[in-house]
Amino acid sequence: MGYALDFGWLNDAVSLIASGAAMTIFLIAVSAIAGIVLSILGAAARRSRHAILRQGIAGYVELVRNTPFLVQLFFIFFGLPSLGIRLDPVVAAILAMTLNMTAYTTEIVGAGLDAVPKGQREAALALGLRPRVVFMKIVLPQALKVIYPALTSQIVIMMLESAVVSQIAVRELTYEADMLQARTFRAFETYLIVTLVYLAMSIGLRRLLIAGGNRMLAGGVS
Amino acid sequence: MIEFTLWDIIRNLLLAARWTVLLSAVAFAGGTIVGLLILFLRISKRYWMRQFAEYYIGLFQGTPLLMQLFLLFFGLPLLGFRIEPWTAAVLGLTLCASAFLAEIWRGGVQAVPLGQWDAGSSLGLHYLKQLRLIILPQAFAITRAPTVGFLVQLIKSTALTSIIGFEELVRTSNAINNATFEPFTVYGFVALIYFALCFPLTRYAKVLELRALKH
Repeated sequence: MGYALDFGWLNDAVSLIASGAAMTIFLIAVSAIAGIVLSILGAAARRSRHAILRQGIAGYVELVRNTPFLVQLFFIFFGLPSLGIRLDPVVAAILAMTLNMTAYTTEIVGAGLDAVPKGQREAALALGLRPRVVFMKIVLPQALKVIYPALTSQIVIMMLESAVVSQIAVRELTYEADMLQARTFRAFETYLIVTLVYLAMSIGLRRLLIAGGNRMLAGGVS
Repeated sequence: MIEFTLWDIIRNLLLAARWTVLLSAVAFAGGTIVGLLILFLRISKRYWMRQFAEYYIGLFQGTPLLMQLFLLFFGLPLLGFRIEPWTAAVLGLTLCASAFLAEIWRGGVQAVPLGQWDAGSSLGLHYLKQLRLIILPQAFAITRAPTVGFLVQLIKSTALTSIIGFEELVRTSNAINNATFEPFTVYGFVALIYFALCFPLTRYAKVLELRALKH
């Protein structure tokens, strides 16, 4: 055997790993925010009076949830150009992540909306608030409180899944790891370090989101 | 240059899908066996065993599957094992599945009322018999829907093994795409095949969930 682990390359690699991690954080931040906003609209549309809207959203959710993220990514990045839509890798990655995220969070947000007692809405309407205000100020905050832990988990899962966007040459953490190991020939050590970085990021992100939720949501995360 | 008709594309993709199905099945079976071991540790009375299982689960749920596959693929040869993409794929998915399944089943075991354990011991059954005859059957019954749901997740996860070079559906589609330059058709069909595999299971999980709610 005689293979000794060697981490001597790490000194020069710290800045690359950091910039890769920054890109990963950027990707997940953008797609999480966009995904949650879209899924609130999606969940509302899922409960609208128009059957076409309801079925359209349901079909989209099922299609995304039953196909691998990697295939969705390839379809968007390689497939769409043949329709004349050519996307930058970063844009394609954000689009794929947002679409994927939205499908999962639409279901989560929908469950939250259903969990708010009907009386809350009726009481607010009886007080003379406009329907939009009722939704934004009464129903949505209560729904968010219920679903916050599930949303947190989904965001962390999406961050871990974002590792595959390295396959379309987005310079995020996994991509930098691929480049590093090709240069140092220390594949195992490189991936070990980067795996630990991911682990730290997922633990940190979860803590951050829970702490933020406790601060923002009245009465803390349930 | 070889001409690919639409039928050639579909036929080759369907042939490759066999490997996706096989890998999913083997990983699910392996994940069940290893997952049961992790479950026993996770609900053990000994603190260090529970702690170990908790770290094991946290490690696999807190890191990307792609990294786990890379570590196995590049790490095991250092320990002197010769490793093929197939071995790394099966091993990686098995370990990952075991962590997720153990965590699902732990929820089931905890949902079984404590009185069931007491009833078991008052019948004179020892720990393993209590588990096998009383606790686990109920725990599995409760967690049937999430277990099927996880199988869907596992099938989708097999797509990642294409990156370490295992010839399953996605890797074959990349090769076909390179030959035909029809990414829209090729990846569209790949998505459809995955959908055809996963959607019935998703539906089945939903049925199980509704059935469980009725009881």
